[in-house]
Amino acid sequence: MVHYIWMFLLGVGIITAMFNGRMEEVSEAIFSGAEEAVALCFGLISVMVFWLGIMNIAKTSGLLDIFTKGLRPAAVRLFPEIPPDHPAMGYILSNITANLMGLGNAATPMGIKAVKEMKKLNDDKDEASRSMITLMALNTASLTLVPTTVIAIRMNYGSAAPAEIVGTTIIATACSTAAALCIDRFFYYRRLRKRKGYT
Amino acid sequence: MNWLNALSLWIVPMLLLTVIVHAALKKIPAYDSFVEGGKDGFQLAVSLIPYLVGMMVAISVFRESGAMELLLDAVEPVLVLIGVPADIVPLALIRPISGTGALGMMSDLIAEHGPDSFIGRLASTMQGSTDTTLYVLTIYFGAAGIKSIGDALKVGLFADAVGVAASIIIVTLLFL
Repeated sequence: MVHYIWMFLLGVGIITAMFNGRMEEVSEAIFSGAEEAVALCFGLISVMVFWLGIMNIAKTSGLLDIFTKGLRPAAVRLFPEIPPDHPAMGYILSNITANLMGLGNAATPMGIKAVKEMKKLNDDKDEASRSMITLMALNTASLTLVPTTVIAIRMNYGSAAPAEIVGTTIIATACSTAAALCIDRFFYYRRLRKRKGYT
Repeated sequence: MNWLNALSLWIVPMLLLTVIVHAALKKIPAYDSFVEGGKDGFQLAVSLIPYLVGMMVAISVFRESGAMELLLDAVEPVLVLIGVPADIVPLALIRPISGTGALGMMSDLIAEHGPDSFIGRLASTMQGSTDTTLYVLTIYFGAAGIKSIGDALKVGLFADAVGVAASIIIVTLLFL
Protein backbone atom coordinates (compact mmCIF):
# COMPACT_ATOMS: atom_id res chain seq x y z
CA MET A 1 0.00 0.00 0.00
CA VAL A 2 2.79 2.40 0.91
CA HIS A 3 4.50 1.41 -2.35
CA TYR A 4 1.62 2.81 -4.31
CA ILE A 5 1.48 6.04 -2.36
CA TRP A 6 5.20 6.49 -2.76
CA MET A 7 5.15 5.86 -6.50
CA PHE A 8 2.07 8.04 -6.85
CA LEU A 9 3.65 11.00 -5.05
CA LEU A 10 6.87 10.81 -7.06
CA GLY A 11 5.33 9.92 -10.42
CA VAL A 12 2.50 12.41 -10.34
CA GLY A 13 4.83 15.07 -8.93
CA ILE A 14 7.38 14.75 -11.71
CA ILE A 15 4.77 14.55 -14.47
CA THR A 16 2.98 17.62 -13.08
CA ALA A 17 6.27 19.48 -13.04
CA MET A 18 6.75 18.65 -16.73
CA PHE A 19 3.56 20.46 -17.56
CA ASN A 20 3.74 23.52 -15.36
CA GLY A 21 7.43 24.23 -15.71
CA ARG A 22 8.47 23.62 -12.14
CA MET A 23 11.25 21.17 -12.90
CA GLU A 24 13.83 23.37 -11.24
CA GLU A 25 11.89 23.45 -7.98
CA VAL A 26 11.39 19.70 -8.17
CA SER A 27 15.02 18.89 -8.71
CA GLU A 28 15.87 21.10 -5.75
CA ALA A 29 13.12 19.44 -3.72
CA ILE A 30 14.64 16.00 -4.24
CA PHE A 31 17.83 16.89 -2.43
CA SER A 32 16.33 19.23 0.12
CA GLY A 33 13.85 16.50 1.02
CA ALA A 34 16.64 13.97 1.44
CA GLU A 35 18.64 16.38 3.54
CA GLU A 36 15.66 17.18 5.73
CA ALA A 37 15.06 13.48 6.33
CA VAL A 38 18.65 12.83 7.39
CA ALA A 39 18.58 15.86 9.66
CA LEU A 40 15.40 14.52 11.21
CA CYS A 41 17.00 11.13 11.83
CA PHE A 42 20.03 12.71 13.45
CA GLY A 43 17.72 14.72 15.63
CA LEU A 44 16.06 11.48 16.61
CA ILE A 45 19.34 9.95 17.81
CA SER A 46 19.53 12.13 20.90
CA VAL A 47 15.86 11.67 21.68
CA MET A 48 15.96 7.91 21.26
CA VAL A 49 19.13 7.35 23.25
CA PHE A 50 17.84 9.54 26.05
CA TRP A 51 14.35 8.09 26.36
CA LEU A 52 15.39 4.48 25.90
CA GLY A 53 18.01 5.00 28.62
CA ILE A 54 15.53 6.54 31.04
CA MET A 55 13.01 3.89 30.16
CA ASN A 56 15.52 1.17 31.01
CA ILE A 57 16.11 2.62 34.48
CA ALA A 58 12.37 2.83 35.09
CA LYS A 59 11.98 -0.74 33.91
CA THR A 60 14.73 -2.15 36.11
CA SER A 61 13.59 -0.28 39.19
CA GLY A 62 10.00 -1.33 38.72
CA LEU A 63 8.74 2.24 38.40
CA LEU A 64 7.37 1.51 34.95
CA ASP A 65 5.01 -1.10 36.35
CA ILE A 66 3.67 1.38 38.89
CA PHE A 67 3.29 4.06 36.19
CA THR A 68 1.41 1.89 33.76
CA LYS A 69 -0.70 -0.02 36.26
CA GLY A 70 -3.88 1.93 35.55
CA LEU A 71 -3.64 1.38 31.81
CA ARG A 72 -2.68 -2.25 31.96
CA PRO A 73 -6.17 -3.82 32.10
CA ALA A 74 -7.25 -1.76 29.09
CA ALA A 75 -4.09 -2.61 27.16
CA VAL A 76 -4.46 -6.31 27.86
CA ARG A 77 -7.91 -6.20 26.30
CA LEU A 78 -6.79 -4.12 23.35
CA PHE A 79 -3.87 -6.43 22.63
CA PRO A 80 -5.25 -9.90 23.35
CA GLU A 81 -2.46 -11.63 21.42
CA ILE A 82 0.30 -10.28 23.60
CA PRO A 83 0.99 -12.10 26.88
CA PRO A 84 0.50 -9.55 29.69
CA ASP A 85 4.03 -10.14 31.01
CA HIS A 86 5.77 -9.93 27.63
CA PRO A 87 8.22 -7.03 27.18
CA ALA A 88 6.09 -5.83 24.23
CA MET A 89 3.31 -4.98 26.68
CA GLY A 90 5.67 -2.80 28.71
CA TYR A 91 6.68 -0.85 25.62
CA ILE A 92 3.09 -0.49 24.48
CA LEU A 93 2.09 0.87 27.87
CA SER A 94 4.93 3.35 27.96
CA ASN A 95 4.13 4.40 24.39
CA ILE A 96 0.53 5.14 25.36
CA THR A 97 1.58 6.89 28.58
CA ALA A 98 4.08 9.10 26.76
CA ASN A 99 1.46 10.02 24.16
CA LEU A 100 -1.05 10.90 26.85
CA MET A 101 1.44 13.19 28.53
CA GLY A 102 2.13 14.92 25.23
CA LEU A 103 5.70 13.59 25.09
CA GLY A 104 5.60 12.71 21.41
CA ASN A 105 9.33 12.26 21.12
CA ALA A 106 9.39 9.82 24.02
CA ALA A 107 6.52 7.87 22.51
CA THR A 108 8.38 7.20 19.25
CA PRO A 109 11.26 5.02 20.55
CA MET A 110 8.86 3.09 22.80
CA GLY A 111 6.55 2.48 19.86
CA ILE A 112 9.40 1.22 17.68
CA LYS A 113 10.58 -1.09 20.45
CA ALA A 114 7.04 -2.36 20.88
CA VAL A 115 6.72 -3.14 17.17
CA LYS A 116 10.06 -4.97 17.24
CA GLU A 117 8.93 -7.11 20.17
CA MET A 118 5.62 -7.80 18.43
CA LYS A 119 7.53 -8.93 15.39
CA LYS A 120 9.28 -11.54 17.52
CA LEU A 121 5.88 -12.70 18.77
CA ASN A 122 4.76 -12.96 15.16
CA ASP A 123 7.52 -15.47 14.25
CA ASP A 124 9.65 -12.70 12.74
CA LYS A 125 7.39 -12.39 9.75
CA ASP A 126 7.72 -9.16 7.79
CA GLU A 127 4.02 -8.52 7.69
CA ALA A 128 2.08 -6.46 10.19
CA SER A 129 0.34 -8.45 12.91
CA ARG A 130 -3.01 -7.60 14.39
CA SER A 131 -1.46 -6.02 17.48
CA MET A 132 0.87 -3.86 15.38
CA ILE A 133 -2.08 -2.43 13.48
CA THR A 134 -3.86 -1.72 16.76
CA LEU A 135 -0.80 0.11 18.06
CA MET A 136 -0.61 2.09 14.81
CA ALA A 137 -4.27 2.98 15.17
CA LEU A 138 -3.66 4.33 18.66
CA ASN A 139 -0.64 6.32 17.54
CA THR A 140 -2.03 7.84 14.36
CA ALA A 141 -5.09 8.94 16.28
CA SER A 142 -2.63 10.32 18.85
CA LEU A 143 -4.48 10.18 22.14
CA THR A 144 -3.13 13.37 23.72
CA LEU A 145 -4.22 15.15 26.85
CA VAL A 146 -2.07 18.27 26.49
CA PRO A 147 -1.17 19.38 22.93
CA THR A 148 1.90 21.36 24.01
CA THR A 149 3.14 22.47 20.56
CA VAL A 150 -0.22 23.88 19.56
CA ILE A 151 -0.54 25.77 22.84
CA ALA A 152 2.93 27.25 22.36
CA ILE A 153 2.07 28.45 18.83
CA ARG A 154 -1.20 29.99 19.99
CA MET A 155 0.66 31.78 22.72
CA ASN A 156 3.11 33.14 20.16
CA TYR A 157 0.30 34.67 18.17
CA GLY A 158 -1.09 36.40 21.23
CA SER A 159 -4.10 34.26 21.99
CA ALA A 160 -6.20 35.44 24.91
CA ALA A 161 -6.65 31.84 25.99
CA PRO A 162 -4.00 29.61 24.40
CA ALA A 163 -5.14 26.50 26.25
CA GLU A 164 -8.86 26.84 25.54
CA ILE A 165 -8.48 24.27 22.76
CA VAL A 166 -7.40 21.57 25.23
CA GLY A 167 -11.01 20.54 25.80
CA THR A 168 -11.96 20.39 22.15
CA THR A 169 -8.73 18.57 21.33
CA ILE A 170 -9.37 15.91 23.97
CA ILE A 171 -12.88 15.30 22.65
CA ALA A 172 -11.73 15.20 19.03
CA THR A 173 -8.81 12.93 19.82
CA ALA A 174 -11.06 10.63 21.86
CA CYS A 175 -13.43 10.39 18.87
CA SER A 176 -10.65 9.60 16.42
CA THR A 177 -9.09 7.06 18.78
CA ALA A 178 -12.40 5.33 19.35
CA ALA A 179 -13.05 5.32 15.61
CA ALA A 180 -9.56 3.96 14.92
CA LEU A 181 -10.06 1.12 17.37
CA CYS A 182 -13.46 0.27 15.92
CA ILE A 183 -12.25 0.23 12.34
CA ASP A 184 -9.19 -1.74 13.42
CA ARG A 185 -11.48 -4.37 14.95
CA PHE A 186 -13.69 -4.30 11.89
CA PHE A 187 -10.77 -4.94 9.54
CA TYR A 188 -9.46 -7.68 11.82
CA TYR A 189 -12.72 -9.61 11.74
CA ARG A 190 -12.99 -9.05 8.01
CA ARG A 191 -9.51 -10.56 7.56
CA LEU A 192 -10.53 -13.51 9.70
CA ARG A 193 -13.63 -14.10 7.62
CA LYS A 194 -11.66 -13.87 4.38
CA ARG A 195 -9.09 -16.34 5.63
CA LYS A 196 -11.84 -18.76 6.60
CA GLY A 197 -13.34 -18.38 3.17
CA TYR A 198 -10.16 -19.60 1.53
CA THR A 199 -9.68 -22.75 3.60
CA MET B 1 -2.84 29.16 31.17
CA ASN B 2 0.31 29.70 33.12
CA TRP B 3 -0.06 26.40 34.90
CA LEU B 4 -0.28 24.59 31.58
CA ASN B 5 2.78 26.35 30.35
CA ALA B 6 4.57 25.48 33.56
CA LEU B 7 3.39 21.91 33.28
CA SER B 8 4.95 21.47 29.89
CA LEU B 9 8.24 22.91 31.15
CA TRP B 10 8.25 20.84 34.33
CA ILE B 11 7.04 17.50 33.10
CA VAL B 12 10.28 16.09 31.69
CA PRO B 13 12.60 17.18 34.53
CA MET B 14 10.07 15.95 37.11
CA LEU B 15 9.77 12.64 35.31
CA LEU B 16 13.53 12.34 35.31
CA LEU B 17 13.70 13.15 39.02
CA THR B 18 11.06 10.55 39.82
CA VAL B 19 12.94 7.88 37.88
CA ILE B 20 16.24 8.71 39.58
CA VAL B 21 14.77 8.87 43.09
CA HIS B 22 12.97 5.59 42.59
CA ALA B 23 16.14 3.96 41.27
CA ALA B 24 18.03 5.25 44.30
CA LEU B 25 15.42 3.87 46.67
CA LYS B 26 15.58 0.49 44.96
CA LYS B 27 19.39 0.65 44.90
CA ILE B 28 19.58 0.27 41.11
CA PRO B 29 22.81 1.29 39.34
CA ALA B 30 20.95 4.00 37.42
CA TYR B 31 23.79 5.20 35.22
CA ASP B 32 24.74 1.72 34.02
CA SER B 33 21.10 1.02 33.37
CA PHE B 34 20.74 4.25 31.38
CA VAL B 35 23.75 3.45 29.20
CA GLU B 36 22.57 -0.10 28.66
CA GLY B 37 19.12 1.04 27.56
CA GLY B 38 20.35 3.93 25.43
CA LYS B 39 22.69 1.76 23.37
CA ASP B 40 19.96 0.80 20.92
CA GLY B 41 18.95 4.40 20.31
CA PHE B 42 21.65 5.24 17.80
CA GLN B 43 21.12 2.12 15.74
CA LEU B 44 17.40 2.67 15.79
CA ALA B 45 17.59 6.27 14.60
CA VAL B 46 20.13 5.52 11.88
CA SER B 47 18.13 2.56 10.60
CA LEU B 48 15.29 4.98 9.88
CA ILE B 49 17.30 7.06 7.41
CA PRO B 50 16.44 5.21 4.16
CA TYR B 51 12.75 5.08 5.00
CA LEU B 52 12.49 8.74 5.86
CA VAL B 53 14.65 9.88 2.94
CA GLY B 54 12.41 7.96 0.55
CA MET B 55 9.21 9.31 2.01
CA MET B 56 10.29 12.90 2.47
CA VAL B 57 11.76 13.17 -1.03
CA ALA B 58 8.48 11.93 -2.48
CA ILE B 59 6.47 14.38 -0.38
CA SER B 60 8.60 17.39 -1.25
CA VAL B 61 8.58 16.51 -4.96
CA PHE B 62 4.81 16.24 -4.81
CA ARG B 63 4.51 19.56 -3.04
CA GLU B 64 7.04 21.56 -5.07
CA SER B 65 5.75 20.33 -8.43
CA GLY B 66 2.40 21.95 -7.78
CA ALA B 67 0.68 18.57 -7.82
CA MET B 68 -0.41 19.03 -4.24
CA GLU B 69 -2.12 22.29 -5.08
CA LEU B 70 -3.93 20.65 -7.98
CA LEU B 71 -5.10 17.87 -5.72
CA LEU B 72 -6.29 20.34 -3.10
CA ASP B 73 -8.15 22.37 -5.72
CA ALA B 74 -9.84 19.22 -6.97
CA VAL B 75 -10.92 17.95 -3.57
CA GLU B 76 -11.83 21.27 -2.02
CA PRO B 77 -15.30 21.71 -3.61
CA VAL B 78 -16.30 18.24 -2.44
CA LEU B 79 -15.26 18.89 1.13
CA VAL B 80 -16.84 22.34 1.14
CA LEU B 81 -20.04 20.72 -0.06
CA ILE B 82 -20.19 18.45 2.99
CA GLY B 83 -19.62 21.41 5.31
CA VAL B 84 -15.86 21.70 5.80
CA PRO B 85 -14.88 25.39 5.98
CA ALA B 86 -12.87 26.22 2.83
CA ASP B 87 -9.96 27.73 4.75
CA ILE B 88 -9.37 24.56 6.68
CA VAL B 89 -9.45 22.13 3.73
CA PRO B 90 -5.72 22.25 2.89
CA LEU B 91 -4.78 21.62 6.53
CA ALA B 92 -7.17 18.70 6.79
CA LEU B 93 -5.66 17.11 3.69
CA ILE B 94 -2.00 17.75 4.56
CA ARG B 95 -2.28 16.59 8.17
CA PRO B 96 -1.91 12.82 7.49
CA ILE B 97 0.89 13.31 4.94
CA SER B 98 3.32 15.83 6.33
CA GLY B 99 3.72 16.85 9.96
CA THR B 100 5.95 19.86 9.34
CA GLY B 101 3.73 20.91 6.43
CA ALA B 102 0.67 20.80 8.64
CA LEU B 103 2.40 22.69 11.43
CA GLY B 104 3.40 25.45 9.02
CA MET B 105 -0.08 25.61 7.60
CA MET B 106 -1.64 25.79 11.05
CA SER B 107 0.67 28.66 12.00
CA ASP B 108 -0.29 30.48 8.79
CA LEU B 109 -3.98 30.05 9.50
CA ILE B 110 -3.56 31.29 13.06
CA ALA B 111 -1.49 34.25 11.89
CA GLU B 112 -4.07 35.14 9.25
CA HIS B 113 -7.29 34.66 11.18
CA GLY B 114 -6.08 35.13 14.75
CA PRO B 115 -5.74 32.38 17.35
CA ASP B 116 -9.12 33.10 18.92
CA SER B 117 -11.13 33.12 15.69
CA PHE B 118 -13.26 30.18 14.62
CA ILE B 119 -10.70 29.11 12.01
CA GLY B 120 -7.84 29.58 14.47
CA ARG B 121 -9.47 27.38 17.07
CA LEU B 122 -10.46 24.81 14.50
CA ALA B 123 -6.94 24.64 13.08
CA SER B 124 -5.50 24.26 16.59
CA THR B 125 -7.89 21.48 17.50
CA MET B 126 -7.28 19.66 14.26
CA GLN B 127 -3.53 19.88 14.61
CA GLY B 128 -3.64 18.57 18.16
CA SER B 129 -6.08 15.77 17.60
CA THR B 130 -4.42 13.62 14.95
CA ASP B 131 -0.89 12.60 14.16
CA THR B 132 0.89 12.35 10.83
CA THR B 133 -0.23 8.90 9.74
CA LEU B 134 2.32 8.47 6.98
CA TYR B 135 5.18 9.43 9.32
CA VAL B 136 4.04 7.07 12.07
CA LEU B 137 3.73 4.20 9.60
CA THR B 138 7.09 4.95 7.97
CA ILE B 139 8.96 5.16 11.26
CA TYR B 140 7.38 2.33 13.25
CA PHE B 141 7.18 -0.24 10.50
CA GLY B 142 10.43 0.89 8.88
CA ALA B 143 12.50 0.43 12.01
CA ALA B 144 11.06 -2.99 12.69
CA GLY B 145 11.46 -4.14 9.09
CA ILE B 146 7.80 -4.75 8.42
CA LYS B 147 7.19 -4.88 4.67
CA SER B 148 3.53 -5.68 4.38
CA ILE B 149 1.54 -3.24 6.48
CA GLY B 150 -1.88 -4.82 6.05
CA ASP B 151 -4.77 -2.56 6.87
CA ALA B 152 -2.69 -0.11 8.93
CA LEU B 153 -2.84 2.71 6.40
CA LYS B 154 -6.59 2.46 5.94
CA VAL B 155 -7.11 2.44 9.69
CA GLY B 156 -4.85 5.48 10.10
CA LEU B 157 -6.50 7.51 7.35
CA PHE B 158 -9.95 6.65 8.62
CA ALA B 159 -8.95 7.83 12.08
CA ASP B 160 -7.70 11.09 10.53
CA ALA B 161 -10.98 11.63 8.73
CA VAL B 162 -12.93 11.06 11.94
CA GLY B 163 -10.57 13.39 13.80
CA VAL B 164 -11.18 16.15 11.24
CA ALA B 165 -14.93 15.65 11.32
CA ALA B 166 -14.99 15.56 15.12
CA SER B 167 -12.89 18.73 15.34
CA ILE B 168 -15.25 20.62 13.05
CA ILE B 169 -18.37 19.46 14.88
CA ILE B 170 -17.00 20.11 18.36
CA VAL B 171 -15.49 23.51 17.64
CA THR B 172 -18.69 24.57 15.88
CA LEU B 173 -20.82 23.46 18.81
CA LEU B 174 -18.63 24.99 21.50
CA PHE B 175 -17.39 28.22 19.97
CA LEU B 176 -19.96 29.36 17.43
